[in-house]
Amino acid sequence: MPSLSVNIGGMILKNPVMTASGTFGYGEEYAEFIDLNRLGAVVVKGLSLKPKEGNPVPRIVETASGMLNAIGLQNIGVDRFILEKMPFLRRFDTKVICNFFGDSVDEYVHAADVLSRTDGVHALEMNVSCPNKQAGWCVFGTDPAVLHNVVTAVRKVCRIPLIVKLSPNVTSIAHMAKVAEGSGADAVSLINTITGMAIDIRSRRPLLANKIGGLSGPAIKPVAVRMVWEVFNAVKIPIVGMGGIMTAADALEFLIAGARGIAVGTANFVNPAATVEIVEALEQFLVDEQVNDVNELVGSLRL
Amino acid sequence: MLTVQPLQPATFPVPGQFYMLQAGASYDPLLKRPFSYLSAENGSITFLYRIRGKGTRAIAALREKETISLIGPLGNAYPVPSGEFIAVAGGIGIASLFSLFGAATGRATLFWGGRTAGELLMTETVRGLVRTAVITTDDGSAGRKSLVTEPFREYLAVNAHLPVYVCGSTPMMKAVAALCSDAGARCFVSLEAYMACGVGACLGCVVKIRDSENHEGRFRSVCKDGPVFDASTVVWEGQ
Ligand SMILES: Cc1cc2nc3c(=O)[nH]c(=O)nc-3n(C[C@H](O)[C@H](O)[C@H](O)COP(=O)(O)OP(=O)(O)OC[C@H]3O[C@@H](n4cnc5c(N)ncnc54)[C@H](O)[C@@H]3O)c2cc1C
Ligand SMILES: Cc1cc2nc3c(=O)[nH]c(=O)nc-3n(C[C@H](O)[C@H](O)[C@H](O)COP(=O)(O)O)c2cc1C
Ligand code: FES
Repeated sequence: MPSLSVNIGGMILKNPVMTASGTFGYGEEYAEFIDLNRLGAVVVKGLSLKPKEGNPVPRIVETASGMLNAIGLQNIGVDRFILEKMPFLRRFDTKVICNFFGDSVDEYVHAADVLSRTDGVHALEMNVSCPNKQAGWCVFGTDPAVLHNVVTAVRKVCRIPLIVKLSPNVTSIAHMAKVAEGSGADAVSLINTITGMAIDIRSRRPLLANKIGGLSGPAIKPVAVRMVWEVFNAVKIPIVGMGGIMTAADALEFLIAGARGIAVGTANFVNPAATVEIVEALEQFLVDEQVNDVNELVGSLRL
Repeated sequence: MLTVQPLQPATFPVPGQFYMLQAGASYDPLLKRPFSYLSAENGSITFLYRIRGKGTRAIAALREKETISLIGPLGNAYPVPSGEFIAVAGGIGIASLFSLFGAATGRATLFWGGRTAGELLMTETVRGLVRTAVITTDDGSAGRKSLVTEPFREYLAVNAHLPVYVCGSTPMMKAVAALCSDAGARCFVSLEAYMACGVGACLGCVVKIRDSENHEGRFRSVCKDGPVFDASTVVWEGQ
């Protein structure tokens, strides 16, 4: 049996397959479809210090081989999450990664502090694709100086592995990855959704109430693979790759490009068993190709 | 109409529940689409659908014995009425109420409206399951030429003690909910929403629902907390 285990910034996962934040609820939603114990990690919906309402509807619209979403980071807040959702997640033999965000550096720090002290939370994933209240709502993850500030501040309070989730809506994602690495991140994950828009041609109105939204699904996979490869060439910390992964073959592209872990997002909606099927097919691929350890594939791109 | 036979033993659905369906394994359309089940018996599940866009076109293109992928049964259920009740359906909204008629045969007074006669499918079968059916169309091609809310309003005026079950377009459901609220009648609506996951994970399909603590309403998912809600708790937005 080949080894599937990977080390993401000091956290050992039984296999490289995780769920992408916001596409898997708090784990419970899919527990009746799959055995969560089969996953490398469960990454929960983005959390903020206080509960957040989110955007008006329509929040989602399907586009060619993808979907746009503008959920607006609706979540139950850190306190309720710890009280109501963690007891369930602690029952499983899988890593729990809490995705979180804030609209100020203070909020990020406070949320990271509370979450990283919570029993059963193994790592934090910091979503920096959200607007900064103190800087004219400019997105944290698109300005290198702002990104450096917020990651440095969170690093000081975060006692567990810290993954910084990068936005693809930048000129050089490799540069942002370096900034995250230099600010103390243990790993980076990418990509978050690509900003997009869709219009109803008869009413001439945007199809999303929020006008713009984030594109995910197979449509973004080539962009994501390219970005993972660029980041792999720029940093030494491990990479969690995602964006349009539907099958093990898609996941393998990310691993070969340089990702040590991969996350499955939109595919869960189409097939609730997608993650487990990917774990199984990945293992079979290693057997067929006579690869003993999945780590041998990471960044094995031949040029 | 589509009848499917699950390959693995499946949970039995109850009236009000739905399934996410997808024909073929293509990435376009990518997501499954929600459909109420019409009936479930002898291990097979039947759906009634109207072709609207690429998802329903792909389902219509299926041939006999081809496979379709589905998730379900999903969502909550209609509280099954203990006695007589009123049902209001708009067009294909009948698909959702149909199973309730089966569970409470001969007890419904149905008001069923469509734009034209062609939108009202299986009318004879439906008539056989309800106490009375009043049909309306916008163009008068079947039944009375009026909005479905007209005859419903007249009936409700003297029958406000009966619970009302509604499934149709959002403007129609909103109008029926308002009439029920004025008349003091209990009203249950089965809401429409664009869905991605169908299981409460993506938060794409939400609607604002009031509760005792929060009068402004809080977002709940139509797929998991619904699709059936007590109409008096729904905060109707837009339209
Ligand atoms: C709980 C539930 C039960 C249902 N039961 C049934 C049933 O039994 N039978 C039945 O026929 N239908 C039912 N529906 C409706 C059915 O799901 C839709 O008709 C179906 O999803 C249409 O898919 P499509 O791919 O054919 O159309 P699509 O291509 O998805 O689109 C149809 C139309 O909607 C527009 N549209 C798509 N997304 C958006 C958006 N985000 N904002 C604004 N406009 C948008 C498109 O432009 C197009 O005009 C049910 C819906 C729900 C929520
Ligand atoms: C409905 C939806 C909600 C999402 N919510 C979050 C979130 O709360 N935090 C976050 O960091 N990313 C969020 N994402 C982004 C995903 O985690 C992922 O980065 C992106 O969808 C690309 O992967 P995919 O193509 O496999 O879906 C969300 C994506 C979708 C589709
Ligand atoms: S469709 Fe995803 S939460 Fe309802």
